[in-house]
Amino acid sequence: MANSIIQVQSVSKSYFRDTFEIPVLRNLSLEVHEGEFVALMGPSGSGKTTLLNLIAGIDRPTSGKLIVNGTDIATLNESALAKWRAANVGFVFQFYNLLPVLTAFENVELPLLLTSLSKAERKKHVHVALSVVGLADRMHHYPKQLSGGQEQRVAIARAIVTDPTILVADEPTGDLDKNSAAEVLTLLDRLNKEYKKTIVMVTHDPHAAEKASIIRHLDKGELQ
Amino acid sequence: MRILKLIFKNALRHKLRSGLTILGIAIAVFAFGLLRTVVSMWYVGIEASAANRLITRQAVSFIFTLPYSYKEQIAKLPGVEEVTFMNWFGGVYRDKSQFFARMGVDPETVFDVYPEFVLAADQLDAFKRERNSCVVGADIARQYGFKLGDVIQLEGDIYPGTWQFVVRGIYTPRNKTTDATQMFIHWQMIDERMRADMPTRAGEVGWYIIKIKDPARSAVISDQVDALFKNSRAETKTETERAFTQGFISGASSIIEAMNFISFIIIGIIMLVLGNTMIMSARERTREYAVFKTLGFSAGHLVGLILGESLFISALGGALGIAITYPMVEGFSQAIPKGFFPIFIVEPGTVMLAGVAALIVGIAASIFPIQRALRMKIVDGLRFIG
Ligand SMILES: Nc1ncnc2c1ncn2[C@@H]1O[C@H](COP(=O)(O)OP(=O)(O)OP(=O)(O)O)[C@@H](O)[C@H]1O
Ligand SMILES: [Mg+2]
Repeated sequence: MANSIIQVQSVSKSYFRDTFEIPVLRNLSLEVHEGEFVALMGPSGSGKTTLLNLIAGIDRPTSGKLIVNGTDIATLNESALAKWRAANVGFVFQFYNLLPVLTAFENVELPLLLTSLSKAERKKHVHVALSVVGLADRMHHYPKQLSGGQEQRVAIARAIVTDPTILVADEPTGDLDKNSAAEVLTLLDRLNKEYKKTIVMVTHDPHAAEKASIIRHLDKGELQ
Repeated sequence: MRILKLIFKNALRHKLRSGLTILGIAIAVFAFGLLRTVVSMWYVGIEASAANRLITRQAVSFIFTLPYSYKEQIAKLPGVEEVTFMNWFGGVYRDKSQFFARMGVDPETVFDVYPEFVLAADQLDAFKRERNSCVVGADIARQYGFKLGDVIQLEGDIYPGTWQFVVRGIYTPRNKTTDATQMFIHWQMIDERMRADMPTRAGEVGWYIIKIKDPARSAVISDQVDALFKNSRAETKTETERAFTQGFISGASSIIEAMNFISFIIIGIIMLVLGNTMIMSARERTREYAVFKTLGFSAGHLVGLILGESLFISALGGALGIAITYPMVEGFSQAIPKGFFPIFIVEPGTVMLAGVAALIVGIAASIFPIQRALRMKIVDGLRFIG
């Protein structure tokens, strides 16, 4: 059995609107092992994104413990958490979230600006990442000059360029046509198998979920 | 490096919006610069007037003349160091638009009373010797290309006839605030012709300028001068040159105060203009800022991005505004009557103030967007649909 890399222990999460509490996750526990490709499924509003955000350290639980890649991330302060994210997690969003004013190359380079890498080293890393996603020939294109599938692959290149241990993807194929979706899924599969990335992916699409090694269902804030 | 490039690209993302904002700032900075110039030049005029000089004019109005004979009487008063006088000669050089002040003066005393008009000793001697000579200020000498020995021909209006004067001296201003646009001719020359042609107007001077030893005694001496000529056919009014200058365009000072006030209102307005642009831009980029945060960029990076963009726009607008201020002020100074402001130039202080104003505007306009971006939670930012 591989090491456990993500431990979600009795985590609850509520959002507060004024004084009004909206409970989203209830006492939820989940364990993900190194090298696993987990698909999170469930109806809209069940808390999938919320859970993913907690694991990725961009949101904080109301209670419970979150140990990710050996760090108890709920205890970190904002700037420590930001550093931790930069070092450990790669993000893939449904709507790609590339900066429109930057080229593919510059978008992928962005996370590397926070490292101490030299310009030449950064260039090398960006080339590798863009080659992995098969877009080395498009690096000087701007997002609006790319198709949705290509944009998402650039976003994946940005997510892996710092070589994080964990990739989180929130409906990465949700905005793509079938073929582009298939390409992106194949890519994630490769990243999981060849590059040993642990992946947590939220999806509505059963085809997408099939690529995963484990499928978990979430309903009303509880794992089934 | 990349961050700078990103700031630059962000600023130019909406070219029309940024362009209009930059233009708006430029116009406002220019308006600010022009108003400040008017205000500061106004005070320069007052400051340039010496505290140790008194002006004696006809009590009823400045336009009435005083007898030449007063000179001796005033000079005898204790505390008076020197007395000189002037006449407004007027006249037309080439055509009416070529305007500069021409004064009939007393060559023996005028440069003693006005040490700020610097004239070489040999030129002063030449001026004193020759009845039909003149001295011109360096500024108009430059403007019209007058050289020593040139003949300037004037068509008289107040003093009719054709007049010719040989340039025997060119005075330079002792300091920046000195008016170097005047032409001095011999009062005697005018008086001689009046004696011949219009005897009733002979022996009259425009006003007296009295140099006193102790500025603290200006009030006492003023009263003594006016007492001398009480109940004469030409009573006098004597006051310090400073009071005279201020009163000369009386009523204008409240307009100046208003300009002073408006100049700062304008800064407030551009703050709102740029603030609005920055708020719109930052709002549209909410999701991008959330992505930056997600990737691990710090608050400092976001401050740099937003402040940088705001400063970039305000600096560009400010620079453009300052650049157009110079030619505009130049044009403005051509358009206003010369005597109104002795000098009319953009002071370095005004440029600095305009620059600082643009800087403050840039900073102030980014405060609200920065605050919003920093407070925003990543999860809320990512869900933001602009
Ligand atoms: N930032 C937030 N503030 C307030 N309520 C929130 C916030 N984020 C999520 N919620 C609420 O929490 C619940 C779960 O949201 P979440 O986005 O996790 O669902 P989801 O399973 O990802 O749904 P979908 O499939 O539609 O993306 C929803 O009721 C949502 O309205
Ligand atoms: Mg979701």
